[in-house]
Amino acid sequence: MKSAVLVFPGSNCDRDLQVALERITGVAPTMVWHRETGLPEGLDLIAVPGGFSYGDYLRSGAMAARSPVMQSVVEAAAKGTPVLGICNGFQVLTEAGLLPGALMRNAGLSFVCRSVPLTVANNQTIFTRGYEAGEAITIPVAHHDGNFQADAETLARIEGEGRVAFRYADRVNGSANDIAGIVNDAGNVLGMMPHPERAAEPAHGNEDGRRLFESLLGALQTA
Amino acid sequence: MKARVLVTLKNGVLDPQGKAIHHALEGLGFAGVNDVRAGKLIELDVDESVDDGAIEDMCRKLLANTVIENFRIERVA
Repeated sequence: MKSAVLVFPGSNCDRDLQVALERITGVAPTMVWHRETGLPEGLDLIAVPGGFSYGDYLRSGAMAARSPVMQSVVEAAAKGTPVLGICNGFQVLTEAGLLPGALMRNAGLSFVCRSVPLTVANNQTIFTRGYEAGEAITIPVAHHDGNFQADAETLARIEGEGRVAFRYADRVNGSANDIAGIVNDAGNVLGMMPHPERAAEPAHGNEDGRRLFESLLGALQTA
Repeated sequence: MKARVLVTLKNGVLDPQGKAIHHALEGLGFAGVNDVRAGKLIELDVDESVDDGAIEDMCRKLLANTVIENFRIERVA
């Protein structure tokens, strides 16, 4: 599986994602600097990592979403290339208009850093087909701005279209409908606040995140 | 010349920071504050040639997230 991980100044999970992708897919991803104006040919996945791109200045993900490389990401996403945004990556994808809604300051105003229980709300996506529908899993979160909000009409639409991929089982950050991750209308772009790359091998003490990457790999092999 | 951009959350959008400030004001004993909304002030020092249309474009493209925020432009002499 040919993948690329975007690298923004201030991001701190790009290497975690690189390691997870290399170990699970067997191929090292290309690390792509944010000032690049193009992406490698024939990518099977574009991964937008977590961390604090541009120090979260202005709004989380706002600066990264306007960086040169994102134009190529928007074009690739429109052509159907899978795009995965984790944590700050989710914020970047909403700011770039690839996903609806916005990630606001956590309702409790605290930075939340712990493993949280999730339910798999939709296992019919290329990112979640390795999970059971409604399955309870645990994935770590670490964020200050994970409170997903959208207007009532948008929420009704994404719920109606089954675009909620993951939901918090507990109230974690005040997210509307406890949404932890959503896909776009075409199903090839997933944004999620929890970090699957931090629950991807035995040394992490939790491998619930591993199946997300395996789902993608499986989707490619059967495509 | 200077222009100020005031970015505020849209009505109806939950404002946890505003709520926390409100709570702190009450804790200090200030009565009669009905609600608090926190926003951002962005001050731009721009050439005379930069008109309001250009600044509005800056707001829509970067300075405000129009999904959740409103913006207002003020010219400062």
